[in-house]
Amino acid sequence: MSTGAPALIRPGLGGGLGDVVRARFLLKLLVRKELKVRYRGSVLGLLWSYVKPGVQFVVFYVALGVFLGLEQSPTNKGGLPNYAVYLFSGIVLINFFTESLGNAARSIVGNGGLIKKIYLPRELFPVASVWVSAVHFFPQLVILVLACFLTGWHPTLLQLASAGAGFVIVALLATGLGLLFGAANVYFRDSENFVDMLLMIATWASPVMYSFTMVQEKLGNAWYTLYQVNPLTVGVEAFHFAFWLPTTDGSAGIPPHLLSFWIPIALLVSIAVLVLGQLTFRRLEGRFAQEL
Amino acid sequence: MPTAIEVTNVNKQFVLRHTRSIKEAFIWLIKGRKGDLSEKFHALRDVCLEVRQGETVALLGFNGSGKSTLLKHISGVMLPDSGSVRTRGRVAGLIEVGAGFHQDLSGRENVYLNGAILGMTEAQINNRFASIVDFAEIGHFIDTEVKFYSSGMYLRLAFAVAVHTDPDVFLVDEILAVGDEPFQKKCILKIKELAAAGKTLVVVSHDLDVVAKICERGVLLDHGSVTFDGSIDDAVARLRSAAV
Repeated sequence: MSTGAPALIRPGLGGGLGDVVRARFLLKLLVRKELKVRYRGSVLGLLWSYVKPGVQFVVFYVALGVFLGLEQSPTNKGGLPNYAVYLFSGIVLINFFTESLGNAARSIVGNGGLIKKIYLPRELFPVASVWVSAVHFFPQLVILVLACFLTGWHPTLLQLASAGAGFVIVALLATGLGLLFGAANVYFRDSENFVDMLLMIATWASPVMYSFTMVQEKLGNAWYTLYQVNPLTVGVEAFHFAFWLPTTDGSAGIPPHLLSFWIPIALLVSIAVLVLGQLTFRRLEGRFAQEL
Repeated sequence: MPTAIEVTNVNKQFVLRHTRSIKEAFIWLIKGRKGDLSEKFHALRDVCLEVRQGETVALLGFNGSGKSTLLKHISGVMLPDSGSVRTRGRVAGLIEVGAGFHQDLSGRENVYLNGAILGMTEAQINNRFASIVDFAEIGHFIDTEVKFYSSGMYLRLAFAVAVHTDPDVFLVDEILAVGDEPFQKKCILKIKELAAAGKTLVVVSHDLDVVAKICERGVLLDHGSVTFDGSIDDAVARLRSAAV
């Protein structure tokens, strides 16, 4: 029987992220389950994905734009023009990152019951977390685009491409860090708290609420360069270039060499983080079942 | 018959970790690693086992003898510290039925999710869906969320999905106590059917009478070592005499 039987193989040695591609049907089901289960029993349901960033936006806009004078107005010439769009384009991207990484870091421990009993590519769980966040991100993007059109948005193809690049940079970074901290969390539950702290810093360590020129002015060029190495910073700047800049007269400008230098660098850094995350994950996953 | 499962000199030590925080690990490090941060015990000790295709093997032993650990090595959930495990063809576990079930999803959604977790493709699940529902005797409750199921319905559906995965090697861990007696009989019948169809079966159970009905070969484990490997009747007899 079973002519041409397959060779003997060692079970439990997965092919990493490649296995996730092969198990895309399961990935799809996991994402669908997560989307369905997330807001179970709540009246507003998926609307919460709009309400939370909406409220966050209003709070930041009033506090920073109006009270702290970051928005340009007839009495405040030094502020940023069309600050609302500036702020919101950064917030949607940072929220995508925060949600992805926060959930990915908890995904392995959260699915411990399954991982302990059945072998499946464990990378599925962090990847599914990022995917779910991308689904939540999309409607926010639609709102952003509407707001842009209301304020006279005429993007070029290059600017649209840079938005795509910004999204890819952040998605890769979140997946890489999610694999890293998700695996570490199995051994040390401190990992998820560390991630929470990191996410709080992330919101402020990229030019979401303020202009990159402030960093350059206050900290000088050396620190500014370090600031720019953060892929998240470049992702937010790419979004500003795509969504905010075309709604202004363009005089505020974007960081020099953003397209020719920083976006490729950020892509490389994100890919490096992803590789590092995957390698760490592979090293640690052999003992997941007994440590969970 | 070619080999289906080959376990060679497998050792597995478990670490009973006392601490789960970086702080304690750090203090232990700067104190010059004094004392052992953790306690270890052998879950598997130099285990060798070869199972040919189409064999039905029962892993027997008392609690903590390493049966389930061995099964987890064969399924790939755990990796050995030393030695090697190799398997041929697709291995699927009827391990703790319902592990992949989600309370808030309907029976239908759970069939798809659990089927995919156990390695079925979309087309396979579509094809076998009617047969799964039929076997589970769920009827029109299939679109109800499983949290409203009785525990019997829940287990029946989970078992039905698992037996429809159609792998080459079946791992069965302590799930023969599923549902009421008629359904239990049906399960045992189904497992026998699989064995008759030439599937390789590895069963872990404390129900010696049931195991004796299903399996031909018995492997006795004691504190992580294989102490006996032979016919199921001899193995059951030895285990029973050890218990007295």
